[in-house]
Amino acid sequence: MPGDAARPRLLAYAHLVRAQVRGQAQYRASFVIDIAGSVAFGVLDLVTVIVLFRVTPTLSGFTFPEVFLMTALASTAFAIADLVVGNVERLRFYVRTGLFDAILVRPLGALWQLAAMDLAPRRVGRVAVCGGILVAAAAQAGIPAAPVTLGLLGLAPIAGAVIFGAVFVATASVAFWWIESGELGNALTYGGHDFTAYPITVYGPAFRRLFAYGLGFAFVAYYPALALLGRPDPLGAPSALGYASPLVAALAAIVASAIWRTGVRHYRSTGS
Amino acid sequence: MTIIETRGLRKEFSVRVKTGWLSRERRQVAAVAGIDLDVERGETLGYIGANGAGKSTTLKMLTGVLHPSGGRVAVCGLEPVRERVRLARRIGVVFGQRSQLWWDLPLADSFALLRHIYGVSAGNHAARLAHCRQLLDLDAFLTTPVRQLSLGQRMRGELTAALLHGPEVLFLDEPTIGLDVVSKQALRGFLASLGQSGDTTLVLTTHDLADIERLCRRLVVIDHGRIVHDGSLDDLHQRFGSRRRVVVDLDEPLAAPLALPGVSVESTEAGGRRVTYALDGEATTAGDLVRRLSEVATLRDISVLEPDIEDVVARLYTAGLPRSDAPAATSSTTRTDVSGR
Repeated sequence: MPGDAARPRLLAYAHLVRAQVRGQAQYRASFVIDIAGSVAFGVLDLVTVIVLFRVTPTLSGFTFPEVFLMTALASTAFAIADLVVGNVERLRFYVRTGLFDAILVRPLGALWQLAAMDLAPRRVGRVAVCGGILVAAAAQAGIPAAPVTLGLLGLAPIAGAVIFGAVFVATASVAFWWIESGELGNALTYGGHDFTAYPITVYGPAFRRLFAYGLGFAFVAYYPALALLGRPDPLGAPSALGYASPLVAALAAIVASAIWRTGVRHYRSTGS
Repeated sequence: MTIIETRGLRKEFSVRVKTGWLSRERRQVAAVAGIDLDVERGETLGYIGANGAGKSTTLKMLTGVLHPSGGRVAVCGLEPVRERVRLARRIGVVFGQRSQLWWDLPLADSFALLRHIYGVSAGNHAARLAHCRQLLDLDAFLTTPVRQLSLGQRMRGELTAALLHGPEVLFLDEPTIGLDVVSKQALRGFLASLGQSGDTTLVLTTHDLADIERLCRRLVVIDHGRIVHDGSLDDLHQRFGSRRRVVVDLDEPLAAPLALPGVSVESTEAGGRRVTYALDGEATTAGDLVRRLSEVATLRDISVLEPDIEDVVARLYTAGLPRSDAPAATSSTTRTDVSGR
């Protein structure tokens, strides 16, 4: 890919997003309701944790501020991923109707077009709420204001978003082979979000191995939170894992992109 | 210079066929079964065939939408799927049934967006848009959201959208489908002038043979995934024995039938006072026939009917075609599995 083409191309995506926002803004009432709803969702996630700690002082050895930090990290990462690629699950619709043809004849990446064309601006509200709560949670947990921890606090939600995004893309790609893939993807995306909101020590070993390490969900909130808090892992993993999230995210992105590309080659279009 | 080249191009789809209570068989069905096609720069090519003959599948392989199962394909010297993004800048595509426009935005906004997507300079964009606005009469609905446009208006918008980046090849998949007569004629007129300018290669699939007669000097007919005719419209008529007909009204029925080489009576009406003759080949011209008739009878009226392309094509689709090679099996069983689904 020639380097000089990258900038205008990025501009093209920005224009696609703008068109999507303008199209959605035409339906004003539903737009306002959607924003309010997405903010409420962001708050609800965290209320669950508060309620939980009314019945127990610690959760497998973690105090409320510690778990709250994990939940805030997970929610922020998920909100960012949901904003950017959450609508990739609409791929099903594009494949079933053959509208994916129209995407493939444009000189832009198919995945990014899909993300830009279906971007839901209302989800910005949720990212903002979660981001604010994350800062409050970090302050309450008393993490040191050193450059390393602050850098990690900024980087972790982005790496986590990439991990969630990879799961969104990989599960959406199933539609290339199996059009009626239904709710299969949601089990991994929304289920994954719930999984990451709590310390992985609360789960059984088999379940934990699959979700925490197999799908990389432990690197969304759990390990970065341990590093931020300066706590050793009760499961005995080396403390360096707290900084491994970007690597895991890169690996997840590579795998998801390979699945996506294979899927596009399998695209069958529809008659006529 | 060749702009589209395919050799042995194939596309197979696997379908599951129910063969018993719980069993499904997986079959490979060839939608396109080996196509060799060369299109020169500036040509206008009509690509026709019955439903399911493989027209759209071919077009989708040429535009990089579908990955071929076999064979080679090059468009503008590029391999469509592998170099999809580069190719997309150099071709334009109008799929009659799939919109390239933004449903909720005014037409003008879609055009502005496409300028950014294709990275066209403001000057070039303005010039091409002005050209289309004038020839396709877009001004009346340029600010209307696309979802509120009539089909005819939308198709004019689609065509403009496909041309704003100055494509070298324009692919049109049934561009006139569902349009009223006036819209069809406007669209054909525009495409004809585009084709005549020689800058743009046009490839169109259609079920409307008037499109072909108006636009295409070259006609490729496809049947069961194979090319069965590649040549001009006249070649097609000659090859399939289309005949011109002469209808004459006479004062009195003829005393004796005419004996002219290549002339046969197709029907007689009104007690022999209206006779329809069919002319085969060049042995006797319509002029010869009329001259001979006027010697033996009094002519009231004469009309000459040109061969009807609809007839030829209908015969082609239903009867199948004489093929030099034996037809290949279109399906083969590759795997049988027994499952509950």
